[in-house]
Amino acid sequence: MNFEEHAAKPLLVVAGIAAPEGRYVRTADDAARAQQVIGPCVVKAQAPTGKRGKAGGIKTADTPEEAKAVAEKILGMDIAGHVVEGVLVEARSDIKREFYAAIMNSPASKGPLVIFSTEGGMDIEDVAAQTPDKIKRATVDIRDGFGAKAATAMLAGLDLGEATAGVSEALGKLYAAYIANDAELLEINPLVLTGDGALVALDCKFVMDDSAIKRQATLAELGTPEKLTALEARGEAAAIKYIELDGDIGILANGAGLTMTTMDVVRHHGGNPANFCEIGGEAYTKAQTALEMVLDKPGIKSLVVNFCGAFARCEVMMEGLLNAWDELKPEIPVFFSIAGTGDEEAIAMLKDRLGLDPYPDMDAACKAAVDAAKVGGA
Amino acid sequence: MIIVRKEHRVLIQGITGKQGTFWTELMQDYGTIVVGGVNPKKAGTTHCGVPVYASAVEAMKETPFDVSVLFIPPLGVKDAALDAIEAGAKNLCILTEHIPVQDVMHFMAAAKDADTDITGPNTAGSVTVGECFLGFMPAFNQRIFKPGRIGVISRSGSLGTLMCQNIVSAGYGQSAFIGIGGDPIIGTTTRAALEALDADGGTDAVVVVGEIGGEMEEHAAEYAAKMDKPVIAFIAGGAAPKGKKMGHAGAIVMGDRGTYQSKSKALQAAGASVLATPSHVGDVLKERLGL
Repeated sequence: MNFEEHAAKPLLVVAGIAAPEGRYVRTADDAARAQQVIGPCVVKAQAPTGKRGKAGGIKTADTPEEAKAVAEKILGMDIAGHVVEGVLVEARSDIKREFYAAIMNSPASKGPLVIFSTEGGMDIEDVAAQTPDKIKRATVDIRDGFGAKAATAMLAGLDLGEATAGVSEALGKLYAAYIANDAELLEINPLVLTGDGALVALDCKFVMDDSAIKRQATLAELGTPEKLTALEARGEAAAIKYIELDGDIGILANGAGLTMTTMDVVRHHGGNPANFCEIGGEAYTKAQTALEMVLDKPGIKSLVVNFCGAFARCEVMMEGLLNAWDELKPEIPVFFSIAGTGDEEAIAMLKDRLGLDPYPDMDAACKAAVDAAKVGGA
Repeated sequence: MIIVRKEHRVLIQGITGKQGTFWTELMQDYGTIVVGGVNPKKAGTTHCGVPVYASAVEAMKETPFDVSVLFIPPLGVKDAALDAIEAGAKNLCILTEHIPVQDVMHFMAAAKDADTDITGPNTAGSVTVGECFLGFMPAFNQRIFKPGRIGVISRSGSLGTLMCQNIVSAGYGQSAFIGIGGDPIIGTTTRAALEALDADGGTDAVVVVGEIGGEMEEHAAEYAAKMDKPVIAFIAGGAAPKGKKMGHAGAIVMGDRGTYQSKSKALQAAGASVLATPSHVGDVLKERLGL
């Protein structure tokens, strides 16, 4: 789950890392009022994505009128598909140096990874490509933690001048915030050294581990929920993973890998998937709800049902699907591929209740669905 | 220890639950030696014909085991895994999906110190065909698993199962199926499983079932380039939109990383055959094995 800057920065402040004085507001008038209190400021678009500056979503303002004018421009902007609904009005900092600091989950080391660079304010991938010697990394054993001492060892060789001790402390605090908030990424870019020698977080990116939402329920309320279509929201409410796509061939399968592959094979045969809908894992008893959602997508011309039972049992999925079928009586052509746990029972049920046989493999089923969609569209 | 054999003794943590019970019975029927189970609330009782202990450490004292299979809800996995690692298990099979990643990192670090291999999390399990199986795999279905000489590695249970069925319909059988799991941080990686199957005398060729996200297939390709045994791969998710988690937490393309193109290119450069669809696996096996 992503958090906007205004929701993420307080987590740093709690951990002891300074951030500029700021107000989150949702109207241009409130931006003007915030400017009056704060003084010379930066008005920053709030959206759960990077590149806000490049998109024109970050502007300075020296007067309330200016703050109002830039806020009017920024509010309602579309940045990478996110409509800006609020701005952060923040005191301007006297920037002497800009650093980069982040803690993230590393699949390679299977533990936390600390990254620091003296080149802040840039995309860290670009720094890694252009000046790799200006980046330091440390892998952490999560059982040991990461404090200022470990940070000092990691930073050896970088010229940090007067900021040396402060940066080590800030990294330790950033790590503590990463742990406390079940972050999968907690990044400050830039972390600036100000004219009077203070370290201040000018931006903050926080992505929370989705699997930790249950134990971070209060915090999760401050996050930005993924933008869902009406059908996707129905899927989420029913604990079924449904992703709406722009094609005309409905897909219902079990398991993430099999469902993705069904999309791939439909595409391989020249068709366009209308959705990703999987009822694997604990969701395998929900075929009825899943079928209703797949069929409710407008413009659907044919349907592939691809069951391969492992944990999910084919006969349970088929029972749910056939119950929904009896109720909805859809008229679009449907093509089945069935294998795995409970396949014989499921195939017998299909024959008995719909008078259909499954195709010998998923390629055949997907190809037939693609052909049927073309006929249906003609 | 990555490939589990018929002589290995297996503990089931969470044996008394509905899924634990259902799959323990199937594992026992297939030949897996289940020596005990764990449920602190039912310690001292017998379930599925085996004793139930308060912890894996207690179980190890009474009935030594090699492997533990965890049927445990997400927030309980960390403690259960640490218990099994402390007990001295050689391998843990962790089926649970949606475990907080910081919990995963914690028991991964402990497992590394103790030299315990972890399969998963978010795996459907593994099958050593004709010997034993762990987790929720349809090992007993003879149209899907038949003794043979093809090793299979899969991030996905359902797609791995489908691939196994295609292998059997083409007239082949499997030596072992290793389900590595769909999470971004897992114990046994594609590469580690590939090394295990390369070293396995019963395996002539390896089928890798990968998916978009992460860099595991790219790392496995580095090893595949050095192998004499043919490697055949299918990568799921070529048609997936960017930036969306496709059901598995690990299956997400960010920018240019984790893409279908990056993975298939790396595997092809390593001499692996990359399948356009899973249905072609039989034809390619015939071509590569010269049958």
